[in-house]
Amino acid sequence: MSKPREKVMTIDEVVAQLSDGMTIGIGGWGPRRKPMALVRAILRSDLTDLTIVSWGGADVGLLARAGRIKKLVYAFVSLDSIPLEPNFQKARQEKSIPEVVELDEGMFQTGLYAAAQRLPFLPMRAGLGSDVLVNNPWIRTVTSPYADSDGAFEELTAVPALKLDVALVHLNRADAHGNATYLGPDPYFDDLFVQAADRAFVTCEQIVDTAGLTVDTPVQRLLISRMAVSGVVETPNGAHFTTCTPDYERDEKFQKVYAAAASGSDEDWAAFADRFLSGDEAAYQAAVAAFHAEEAAQ
Amino acid sequence: MSEFSRAEVCAIAVADAFKDDGEIFASPMGTMPMLGVRLAKLTSNPDLVISDGESLFLGGTPPLFAKADVVEGWIPFRRVFDVVAYGKRHVMMGATQVDRHGNQNISAIGDFAQPKRQLLGSRGAPGNTVNNRTSYWVPKHNSRVFVEQVDIVSGVGPKRAKEAGPGASKYNDIHRIVSNLGVFDVRGPDDTVRLLSVHPGVSVEEVVENTGFALAIDGDVPVTREPTETELMLIRNVLDPRSLRDREVPPVALRQDQEPKA
Repeated sequence: MSKPREKVMTIDEVVAQLSDGMTIGIGGWGPRRKPMALVRAILRSDLTDLTIVSWGGADVGLLARAGRIKKLVYAFVSLDSIPLEPNFQKARQEKSIPEVVELDEGMFQTGLYAAAQRLPFLPMRAGLGSDVLVNNPWIRTVTSPYADSDGAFEELTAVPALKLDVALVHLNRADAHGNATYLGPDPYFDDLFVQAADRAFVTCEQIVDTAGLTVDTPVQRLLISRMAVSGVVETPNGAHFTTCTPDYERDEKFQKVYAAAASGSDEDWAAFADRFLSGDEAAYQAAVAAFHAEEAAQ
Repeated sequence: MSEFSRAEVCAIAVADAFKDDGEIFASPMGTMPMLGVRLAKLTSNPDLVISDGESLFLGGTPPLFAKADVVEGWIPFRRVFDVVAYGKRHVMMGATQVDRHGNQNISAIGDFAQPKRQLLGSRGAPGNTVNNRTSYWVPKHNSRVFVEQVDIVSGVGPKRAKEAGPGASKYNDIHRIVSNLGVFDVRGPDDTVRLLSVHPGVSVEEVVENTGFALAIDGDVPVTREPTETELMLIRNVLDPRSLRDREVPPVALRQDQEPKA
């Protein structure tokens, strides 16, 4: 029987397909289900001048701190239990990200929809009257061709398509062909990221047989179809230190250490980076395990 | 006569902001808005739809930050945006700055290109304020929060919404600003912030002194109503037995029979 092609690869093989100056969408939401193993792999590479499109968390913080971002498209950057992301704050306050596009978070979704539907824009109200349109004068408005009930022709925000070169997302389970399910409470917008991109790479906690995807999980959780996916990587704990419910919750202890280092001196950050970010993904996971063993021993 | 705290007055003032909303999604951001919304659901407006702040509509009215409850619906982030556009929603957000015309800033302090202090980003404020009813909660009322003009407009006040046209103003509805000192709306002359009531123990003068712009004040300003025995019981024993409310608004104990400063 014929089978669709298999797309299993390594995180380094994914990163080898990226290049300087690309527009990369990062799935998840704030500090939730972020493809952190891929973000860490980008940090180990020489990739630079990236345009990053993200409802941001530590993914944005780490890439900003490493100076990899030329342009950032975001609606917020937050660690949730720690509201302000210190590396992002520092980057903004030192103006080390040359170009920023701050959108309303609903505009962000509409922009991904437009890209996923191959439209130049989609209209919505969000943005009107706010400084989102003042700080991004290239975002235009459009007048409705239809009169409203008062006979007025409403002027609406023409949210531009957020077209991506590449989307990176992390889900709980995938098969070798790129079909993927989320098992937590929220799909976030990973299907939109994938469809807004020319190429999409899915990392997951576990690769299972296609039949295994729906053994104990309702079919409605099959968020991503293989037709939009170029590569699949199994990266256990690959969303660390963000949530990947129900496989694991956010590593709050580690996040605190991250945030303290990020808001501390350059030496503090160098020590954190040296301890956790200087090796490969296996070294990172080993360093995190050692950190927790130390914490437990205290 | 029982005593009540400033935080408890704030909770009922937040609750009262939701009492006439009918059957809509109440979206509180932060501890005090959540306490007030749940109090409203247990008292003045049992039809309110509430969530766990993540992805579930809750059938009951659990204490703050309790996880388990009957689930009555699914509200992942993408469906929040759907409800925003549908309009049956009242959000109470925070505000790092709010200005004379009821514009709100949660984006950054200073110049946008290189802010003195980067905050969260505009989040959903631009969309909320032109789609559904929006209120603000300010736990520390002072002239650094209540400013003449916000540095960056995240949430859109009625004057700017009107200037942007009917697409923006049609559903703009800035309902209440509740602070630790009083309650406000944006229905002063020329769509400006107006003082509706001062909390028990707070003088109009104190509010004026702590506000960085000229407040609209219509005649004698009433005192925010006091919590009832039932409300105090619900706040203390049901919704917030760990007194999380006092972390946002430190206790300023007042007896119900104490005369507020004039």
